[in-house]
Amino acid sequence: MAQEGQQHPLAIYFWIWGLLFVLSFFSYMVDYLNLQGGLRWGLILLFMFLKAGFIVAIFMHMAWERLALKIAILAPPIALGVLVALMVFEADYTFLTRIVFFGEGAPLPVHH
Amino acid sequence: MSEAALTVTGDVLPEGTGGVVADFSADKQTFQVPWGKAMMWFFLLSDTFIFGSFLTGYMSVRMAVTDAWPLPSEVFALSFGGEPIPLILIAIMTFILISSSGTMAMAVNMGYRKDRNKTFWLMVATAAFGAMFVSMQAFEWTKLIVEEGVRPWANPMGAAQFGSTFFMITGFHGLHVSAGVIYLLVIAFRVKNGFYEKRGGNYEIVEIVGLYWHFVDLVWVFIFAFFYLW
Repeated sequence: MAQEGQQHPLAIYFWIWGLLFVLSFFSYMVDYLNLQGGLRWGLILLFMFLKAGFIVAIFMHMAWERLALKIAILAPPIALGVLVALMVFEADYTFLTRIVFFGEGAPLPVHH
Repeated sequence: MSEAALTVTGDVLPEGTGGVVADFSADKQTFQVPWGKAMMWFFLLSDTFIFGSFLTGYMSVRMAVTDAWPLPSEVFALSFGGEPIPLILIAIMTFILISSSGTMAMAVNMGYRKDRNKTFWLMVATAAFGAMFVSMQAFEWTKLIVEEGVRPWANPMGAAQFGSTFFMITGFHGLHVSAGVIYLLVIAFRVKNGFYEKRGGNYEIVEIVGLYWHFVDLVWVFIFAFFYLW
């Protein structure tokens, strides 16, 4: 490469650094203020993805890499999303099965 | 990158999707980064799958459990003489790790400016933050095991699976932080001793260490959200 490595102005790192502190503080406040329900999960996920995005894009310099590397690294984790979706169904089924067989008024086990 | 990317032979490569085709086609190097950096990215990708699978396992176990899950905000509360403050230790640990990420980013920048002294001290500061983080985690584990009686197979607060997932996920992360501290110190002292001056004065290695360190911080972002806040 003509110019070696990733050289960027320091200001951008300070901005992102500050932003990460603010976002962490916000996500802590979600717990501290004891928010519940959809607001809680929504805010937790929002702050989490913002923080993760800034770390990968700026601190790990992914924003300045060529598209080939971006795709090679960022596309495979989509498979984890598929795994999560499968496990949500699986865990729901396990939970319901446990309620049916071990919950109140469940049929007694039959011994042959 | 503002200027056009060049291959090792000096050919200009197109940007955008056309660039992806150009990078992957033909008999040549695919990724226009030093091999060490590409390899670190692939290692981190595999590590993503390890932590991703751990967190997914934790999710399915927590969803399927019929006992009440212990409330993290109460389990990890700490009292400094007065009312217990929820999750305070974890919040401090998060801030320490973010501080270390900042000093690491600065170290990478100073490395490219070939300012060896600043690079060294910023890397040492990063390692010190990492060591602080691991010490606080050791304190947290000790408190949980000795005072609260949490075991991988049972705990007095509720669902037994709490202990196994907690020790597995935070333990594996703590191991990564500890390894990172050692890695950082090794490279920092090599920078200081002029090891890389003898090799053409290339400080790409600082960025590679930085990738690993930022990844450890990245994993903590997810653990913090899913294990402690959820």
